[in-house]
Amino acid sequence: MTLDTAPDLPRAGFNFDNCRRNAALIQGGFKPPTMTKTGTTIVGIIYKDGVILGADTRATEGPIVSDKNCAKIHYLAKNIYCCGAGTAADTEMTTDLISSQLELHRLNTERQVPVVCANNILKQMLFRYQGHISAALVLGGVDKYGPHIYSIHPHGSSDKLPYATMGSGSLAAMTVFESRWKPDLSEEEGKKLVRDAIASGIFNDLGSGSNVDLCVIRKDSTEYLRNYELANKKGERQLDYRFKKGTTLHTTLKDLEITERVQVVPMEVS
Amino acid sequence: MNSFGIEQFPDYKVPGVQHVDFSPYESNGGSIVAIAGDDFVVIAADTRLSSGYSIHSREQSKLFEMSPKTVLGSTGCWCDTLSLTGLVKVRMQMYEHTHMKTMTTDAVAQMLSIVMYNRRFFPYYVSNILAGLDKDGKGAVYSYDPIGHCERATYRAGGSAGALLQPVLDNQIGYKNQNLSLDQLPPLTKERAVAVASDTFISAAERDIYTGDSVLINIITADGIEKRELQLRKD
Repeated sequence: MTLDTAPDLPRAGFNFDNCRRNAALIQGGFKPPTMTKTGTTIVGIIYKDGVILGADTRATEGPIVSDKNCAKIHYLAKNIYCCGAGTAADTEMTTDLISSQLELHRLNTERQVPVVCANNILKQMLFRYQGHISAALVLGGVDKYGPHIYSIHPHGSSDKLPYATMGSGSLAAMTVFESRWKPDLSEEEGKKLVRDAIASGIFNDLGSGSNVDLCVIRKDSTEYLRNYELANKKGERQLDYRFKKGTTLHTTLKDLEITERVQVVPMEVS
Repeated sequence: MNSFGIEQFPDYKVPGVQHVDFSPYESNGGSIVAIAGDDFVVIAADTRLSSGYSIHSREQSKLFEMSPKTVLGSTGCWCDTLSLTGLVKVRMQMYEHTHMKTMTTDAVAQMLSIVMYNRRFFPYYVSNILAGLDKDGKGAVYSYDPIGHCERATYRAGGSAGALLQPVLDNQIGYKNQNLSLDQLPPLTKERAVAVASDTFISAAERDIYTGDSVLINIITADGIEKRELQLRKD
């Protein structure tokens, strides 16, 4: 039913109209387009005065690097940031959506939003979609209860941990934490540890690469250190590949003389 | 009877039970570039050996010296590379003993094709590029598909970044799609061939996750094989 006062609006949320068609196409041998994945190394630790999050900056489409310097540490609130691994669109949209929900929550309650709240909204959303939203997250923040790190899996389970890693480089990064993490690290020690964990992922995991991003969240300040370290220098090429003027053949506009004019008359549709 | 044998699996679908088919192939990555000149040939390959998202080795040469004038570059399934190059080496030694001379590059090229086609229906999963000096002393490059199709070329890229590198060679070595007269084309020197080969690998390491660590470059001339190495990104 269509009302004049409320015209048909698209329904809120995801649109599943093409699901059956696409399933049939795939069964018929159609190859769906590849999604940008951030086969990633993301980590988070608790240190003396707060939390430190870290991420690499490579995004891939299969074996090809699609972005050499992408940002995987997403803003959720002033005191909460979230690293994302998995399908790039999913991590981006999920964190954006939750970020706006948290802001509305903050305005409603007139309080700083606690980190548990972000964890709850995220895991409930991911569970609702039964793992179809491929986002593996490391959530970190500081609130009045102290510093918190959560790792959240795509199906909606989450763990509250003192140090966490996610993504394809999670094992490489975890080896660094398992050997060197201890409670009450100083900020300098913490940054060094997170840098080393990310570097371990960058060099030993093919899905991770390029640079190191860090985000330090303290009790009442946040520092987003984008490209904290450029772990990989681009090789210097020996030759100059600039082309001489006139290398590309092209026709000039003058050559395109109009010889005939055709008028299109729209066909009548009964 | 083995309790995990295939006969234990029912031929209908049972929840929780999954029969995974035997998969004999694996891709271990790596790229090759070869460029032939009038009296030399340059062949280069990266040294990263990987599978999935892990690196097995950062210093595995993929160039095989078959004779003082012939080098074979081989990537793909590493165990197939080893088995194929081993077999070709044996066949070359047999030839040497029967005919009392070393096989020419052209003869190796043809034999490689036959050895590979011998496995038409269970192929060696490899991307081969053979570089050497032919019987007139000219540079020769032969490229293959996994079942033995052989083609002589003057330049060729293969392996995991082959599709990325070939257009660069077409443009920089073949001067394709450029409005240049013949006298404007710089001659292909050994130095230029080495420079282009190195530069393509620097670019490939930027975008292909299976190419990196370092490149080994073999320059084959009548005087012998000169070897060079260049470091690439390690991420």
